[in-house]
Amino acid sequence: MEVPIGAAELLEREYLGIRAKILEIAATFDRIDRSRGDLVASREMPLIRQALEVLLSEKENATRAEQIQLIFSRPYDEQWIKTLEMPSR
Amino acid sequence: MYYFDPHIHMVSRTTDDYEMLAKMGCVGLSEPAFWAGFDRGSVDGFRDYFCQLTEFEPNRAGWYGIAHYTWLCINAKEAENVELSREVIAMIPEFLDRPGVLGIGEIGLNKNTKNEATIFLEHLDLAARTDEQILIHTPHLEDKYQGTRMILDMLCDDARLNRSRVCVDHVEEHTVRHVLEEGFWAGMTLYPVSKCTPERAVDIVERYGPERLLVNSAGDWGPSKPTAVPDFILAMRLRGHPESLIRRVVYENPLAFFGQSRNFHFAPPDEKNVPGQ
Repeated sequence: MEVPIGAAELLEREYLGIRAKILEIAATFDRIDRSRGDLVASREMPLIRQALEVLLSEKENATRAEQIQLIFSRPYDEQWIKTLEMPSR
Repeated sequence: MYYFDPHIHMVSRTTDDYEMLAKMGCVGLSEPAFWAGFDRGSVDGFRDYFCQLTEFEPNRAGWYGIAHYTWLCINAKEAENVELSREVIAMIPEFLDRPGVLGIGEIGLNKNTKNEATIFLEHLDLAARTDEQILIHTPHLEDKYQGTRMILDMLCDDARLNRSRVCVDHVEEHTVRHVLEEGFWAGMTLYPVSKCTPERAVDIVERYGPERLLVNSAGDWGPSKPTAVPDFILAMRLRGHPESLIRRVVYENPLAFFGQSRNFHFAPPDEKNVPGQ
């Protein structure tokens, strides 16, 4: 289904919102940098960096939200029945 | 515009919220059994809860002209207690013939554990044996993808289930396709921080079309907004979508899904007699 509104109009409408969200992320990173300790062992920061790289990626089917969801998800274990030792049905 | 909220936990909301929902156009809602914020200690605790869902809440909703429906189960979080879960599952049939009981829900997974999966399968068996519809909770955040895929594996493995009578709820961008492709209904939950925003729910409608999609607020005792469905309606309008498409998602789809339950009886407000006539 096509988005009824044109790309230019949509961007103009969303521009201030996008600007505010990016500024919020930037300020949060600054706040973290100003705080004590380091993030060498952080599990979260590499995920955030991966997600930010997806944001900057080219159009390609417009699936950025789905890709970022998967970055922040545990991978699917196809063998979960065996892993959890579920009784056979 | 008239709408249904297919997933909202009104036991956690005030009577003022019922009034506000009515003013916003809500004419019906369904309330799945869920985790109340604490673990209940006995099967009698659940029996009392099911009485509240089938007796008091329909009355309270009725004060504002809202039709109230419900789903019964022991939720995934308390399903870690397998012994208690089995007692609750054995007790549920006492309530299945009550007016407004649509089926078994919201069952599902929380942390994707063996106990949760075991009790989920036992709920599915109950639903299959009693020919009930099913409403499914999928896990939060990083556990959602794995949990949703596990749930779909278990559902697809049970040939007794009619997929058009099952709704897998709380879908997001990375899970909705899997649910729809397997032939199930998919519910989008609009939450302020986690799950979907109204704008992202509109994106999902645009990507996949309105077929077998529901949108709900899942308003509960935590940060949530009971009027999130009207927010979705507004977001659809601002995006330029026609009223017929919006009505399909927020009104006609819930009626089509709920209408498969033997306890679903609903008089559309535009066909009701005006009071006093």
